[in-house]
Amino acid sequence: MTMSELRPPSPPRRHLLSIRDLDRADVERILDTARALTASLQREVKKLPTLRGRTVVNLFYESSTRTLASFELAAKRLSADTMSLRSAGSSVDKGESLKDTALTLAAYDPDVIIVRHPSIGAPWLVARYTGAHVVNAGDGKHQHPTQALLDLHTMREVLGRLEGLQVAIVGDVLHSRVARSLVEALGLVGAEALLVGPPTLLPRGIEALGCAVSTDIGDIADADVVYVLRMQAERMGPGEAFVPSLREYTALYGIGPDRVRSGQVVMHPGPMNRGIEIDARVADSDAALVTDQVRSGLVVRMAILYDLLTVAPVEAPVHAGMA
Amino acid sequence: MTLFCANGRGDSLVVEGRVVSPKQGIDTALRITVTDGLISAIEPAGASGLVVSPAFIDPHVHLRSPGREDEETLRSGTEAAAAGGYCAILAMPNTDPVVDSAAVLGALVERAREEARVPIGFMAAISKGQHGEELTEMVELAATGAAAFTDDGRPVESAGLMRRALQYSALAKLPLALHCEEPSLSRGGHAHEGEVSAELGLGAYPSAAESVMVERDLALAGGEDRQIHLMHLSAHESVAALDLALAKGFSATAEVTPHHLVLTDEAVRSLDPNMKMNPPLRSEQDRAALLDALRRGTISCIATDHAPHARHEKDVPFEEAPFGVTGLETAFAALYTHLVIPGELSLETLLERMSGGPARIFSLDEPRIEVGARANLVVLDLDTEWTVTEEGFRSLSANSWLLGETLRGRVVQTVADGRVVFGA
Repeated sequence: MTMSELRPPSPPRRHLLSIRDLDRADVERILDTARALTASLQREVKKLPTLRGRTVVNLFYESSTRTLASFELAAKRLSADTMSLRSAGSSVDKGESLKDTALTLAAYDPDVIIVRHPSIGAPWLVARYTGAHVVNAGDGKHQHPTQALLDLHTMREVLGRLEGLQVAIVGDVLHSRVARSLVEALGLVGAEALLVGPPTLLPRGIEALGCAVSTDIGDIADADVVYVLRMQAERMGPGEAFVPSLREYTALYGIGPDRVRSGQVVMHPGPMNRGIEIDARVADSDAALVTDQVRSGLVVRMAILYDLLTVAPVEAPVHAGMA
Repeated sequence: MTLFCANGRGDSLVVEGRVVSPKQGIDTALRITVTDGLISAIEPAGASGLVVSPAFIDPHVHLRSPGREDEETLRSGTEAAAAGGYCAILAMPNTDPVVDSAAVLGALVERAREEARVPIGFMAAISKGQHGEELTEMVELAATGAAAFTDDGRPVESAGLMRRALQYSALAKLPLALHCEEPSLSRGGHAHEGEVSAELGLGAYPSAAESVMVERDLALAGGEDRQIHLMHLSAHESVAALDLALAKGFSATAEVTPHHLVLTDEAVRSLDPNMKMNPPLRSEQDRAALLDALRRGTISCIATDHAPHARHEKDVPFEEAPFGVTGLETAFAALYTHLVIPGELSLETLLERMSGGPARIFSLDEPRIEVGARANLVVLDLDTEWTVTEEGFRSLSANSWLLGETLRGRVVQTVADGRVVFGA
């Protein structure tokens, strides 16, 4: 008996903007759909007719490889028409505001708009000015809910459970939308999160998300999952040096073989800086689930599109952002 | 002469109501007769539903002129002030060009004499172009009519220039009004450092960014034996620093905005760009400390920091939006609704901190209710409820933190410098 059989299905959501928009039943429904879709991808003909005639627009204001690729492929595998707009080379380059771009896209009546933007709250603004379902594919340092869901899917498929899992999230929490979404998602499914990093990269007050915080890398020993965050080199610029050097960072918080206990799995949202936050020997070991995460990204994003489009949406107001 | 207004003869009128003038010890039903702009008679009257009080003074208004007349003009800003019950306002110099020379100030004074419905005092910059490098010609600016000096919008980053400004401004006999912000601590900040900024991922603007500058400026002013005015305080640490300085005998004054007295950073969760101000909304502990200081008189004045912004500039994601909200037309009702009705602040203290408090800090004539005084009166209906809407503003901008809110208490009539500037 699965968890979802125990509780009534909750109403599907109109948008996926933040993990906060979801409850536990939503998460379990999406993960169950992803599991079911995994089977379809084993077939010789991988395309499903489910979203034939639907249009999915990717609106990306930041560079992205895996998120954009997996959303495009997810939409195509479900037979939707796709269109991708990047800020470079579009009218955004000419100074068009996000509001006007949203209004322009809305005129084509897309079914889903997937938004990645460097500013917190941008997907809410798009949701406000279009009739489409909006999926947040990363807004500044705020949220990246589809990443959190694919990470939960990866953990559930590999470790067989989510309830009670201990997940240590290591590194640059301050600048990480992945960490914020994942902590909230882990809380929804009854798993525990511990944030580990240098004091300058742990935002003051982050415990309010419902996680523990430590500056001691030794505290990851009890975790089932060591989730390594990307150490962004751009955080090292003049006046922005959050740690004295990458060398010292790696010595204190880099995940090398000596820091991974047998039985632990290691995850990373990519792209990895081998030799900085993660040692190549760990990245290439059986403990590393990085390619599982990428594979999960495809089925989970298919499941999210399926979830938004195949069940009659409940009209609910956008409750964060500029509603 | 530091206040400028379009000339007009004084009006004659009669107002009647519960007259509340705390500094004068008046709280009784009176009929006030105004003849040609002067209070000519004060007599007992019967009970009435209205409150009459000395009109308000706002020492911190951005009129955006010259340079951004699409956001506010001297005319629209003073009409907004009149609707808010104000009989005088002080305008900030961070315009385009900056008010840093007698030529720019002189042109503004001329415009005020044409356009201003309510008397305006103009603050001039401390440093040329507000670049924080060279002092402005403070004596000439004072002679041209400057009301005070400030680089508001940005801090005087250099402690050395700040000290020189304190020394030299003594010649101009005008106070310095200071925007306290340490840029190396506030850089990249969009919200108070705390749970809300951590959860949302917003760049943190810690309380220390304000309080270390407050401490620096108090130390410098104390050393020079000069008076300073601290603008828009937001952090409890700043209040503590001010209390300590006052206990040492330093002369310093401070203001607080309605939004810092009512809201906390919880309001930022909405990501509504109208909840974005500098300094940012802080914690409940900070709000409580500010309110307590206002009650005690350590903070003796309420200032709106009215900061109009064009619609398209605020209709963007939170981090891309400029800092600032409007406040002239909502200040009294917001504070009456959120502080007086729940019992957090007395009506008498509110009225005093909006009128006599700011007048004394900037040596302006204190609005008084006595025979022979120039009439500066506000008539308030404390029972009326009204909803704040974009369409309802006289200001050219509508970036209010109160949009959609229903408030209680409304300005019915404003008499400024002897003339009826709002209401019948």
